[in-house]
Amino acid sequence: MISVNRYKCGYCGTCVAVCPAGAIELVEAWIEIDGESCVECNNCVKICPIGALEVSDESKK
Amino acid sequence: MSLKNKYDVIVVGAGPGGSMTAKTAAEKGLNVLLIEKRQEIGSPIRCAEGVGEKSFKKFFPVIKDEWISTKMVGVRIYSPDGTLVEMSDNRAVGYILERKIFDRDLACMAADAGADVFTKTRATDIIIKDNFVKGIEGIRLGERFKVEADIVVGADGVESKVGRWAGIDTTLKPKDIESGAEYLISGIPVEDLCEVYLGNDIAPAGYVWAFPKGKNRANVGIGILGSKIGEKRPFDYLNEFVKKKYKNGKIIEVIYGGIPVSRPTKTFENGIMLVGDAARFTDPITGGGITNAMESGIYAGEVAAECIEEEDFSEGGLKKYEKRWRSTIGEENNRSYLLKEFFINLPDGGLNALAHSINKINITELSVKGLMRTLIDKNPWIPAKLAKLFKKK
Repeated sequence: MISVNRYKCGYCGTCVAVCPAGAIELVEAWIEIDGESCVECNNCVKICPIGALEVSDESKK
Repeated sequence: MSLKNKYDVIVVGAGPGGSMTAKTAAEKGLNVLLIEKRQEIGSPIRCAEGVGEKSFKKFFPVIKDEWISTKMVGVRIYSPDGTLVEMSDNRAVGYILERKIFDRDLACMAADAGADVFTKTRATDIIIKDNFVKGIEGIRLGERFKVEADIVVGADGVESKVGRWAGIDTTLKPKDIESGAEYLISGIPVEDLCEVYLGNDIAPAGYVWAFPKGKNRANVGIGILGSKIGEKRPFDYLNEFVKKKYKNGKIIEVIYGGIPVSRPTKTFENGIMLVGDAARFTDPITGGGITNAMESGIYAGEVAAECIEEEDFSEGGLKKYEKRWRSTIGEENNRSYLLKEFFINLPDGGLNALAHSINKINITELSVKGLMRTLIDKNPWIPAKLAKLFKKK
C-alpha cells in the first residue's frame, strides 16, 4: 500500500504521470491512491520531488 | 449560471493550452465548455514561467504589462566546473511571466469569446457511445453531473487522465520526466538574465535554473531526470544549491512539478484531442511548455470547428490535428528529444569540454538551435546524426 504524507505533498501530479495503472488521481489539492488498481511498481514513490509518498508497512506483512 | 446538457466542445483544464483551445473554438462560433478542477485558475503555478519573446508575441496583438514579471535579455549557462557560456542580444529576448495573472486572463479571453467557464469542476470520466467519446462525467461543488459534447479536449496537464480514459497511454517512463522543485526567492541580487547550472552533482540529467522575477526576486528551481533519482530528492538538491548561492534570500513560495521530456503521445481518438502537457508537448531540452500548449490549443480549436462543420468527429477527421502540430511542435520536439538523450549520458567532463570550446564566444542566436550550431561548429566529436538536425536549411 502506498501512502501520501499530506504535510509534505505539494499536489504537483508528477506521481500521477508515471503511474502505469492509472491508480493515482490529483483531485483539486490532494492526491488519492486507489489501492486496488495499484500494481506496486513504486514509480510514484521514486519520482516524487519531495518524497511525500511512502510504501506503508501494511504491504510488507 | 449553470452547466448546459450539451456543448459542441468540452475542454478539460484551464491552463494556457485549454484556455487557448476554448478561446479559438468559441471565436469560431462553437458552443464551448471550459472546466478547471481547481478553485482558482493559474494557481498554484508549477512552472519557471519563462517564454521566448518571438514565440510568445505571435499569439497576441498586445502583450499586457501585468502578464510580465521581467523582460530578460539573455541566458547564462554554467558548466559543472563553473565555465560560463553566455547568450545575449542586448534586447529583450524573453519574458518571465506572472502566470497567476496570465493564465486567468487567458481564461477570461475564452469566456469573453463566449465559452462557459467553471472552476472547482472536475472531470471524473468520459462518456463513450458507439466507440466515440461523447462527453464527460464530472463533479462540481460536490454534485455529480454528465455533459455531452461532440468533441472533448484533454488539456489536463502533466497528470492528464482524459487521454487514458479514451485508451491513449500517456504514462511517462521515469527516464522521460523531470521531477522538479522550485522556490520563489526574494531579497537576492538579480540581473535580467536567466541562469542555468549544469552538473551531475548539482542536478543529475537536469539543471538548476534562476529566472528573474523583478528587481530582487527569482524563480530558483531544479529538474532531475526521474531515472536518476536516488535517496536524494530534487528538493534536497535544490536546498543544497540555495543554501550555497542564496544564503540570505527569503523563500516566499514553494513549488513542485513534473516536466515531461518525452515524445508526444498519440493526440486523438474518436471524439477526443489532447493538447499541451497532456499531450507531452513540452520541449525535452528546455522544459518549456507554455507556448507549445497555446499553439496546440489553437490547432485543436481550429480542427474542432472544422470537424463540427463537416460533422466528422472520427479519428480520421481529427487526424488533421496531428498533421498540424507534427510539422511545428513535432519537429522541434524530435530534435530536442534526441539532444536530451545525448546530454543525459554525458559525464561532467563532456559538459565542461563543451563549455570550454565556446566560452569566449557570445552567442547571439538565443535558442537551442543557436547554441547547438555554435557547439557543433567547435566540437566535431558531436555525433553527425545529431549535428545534422541543427543544420541551417
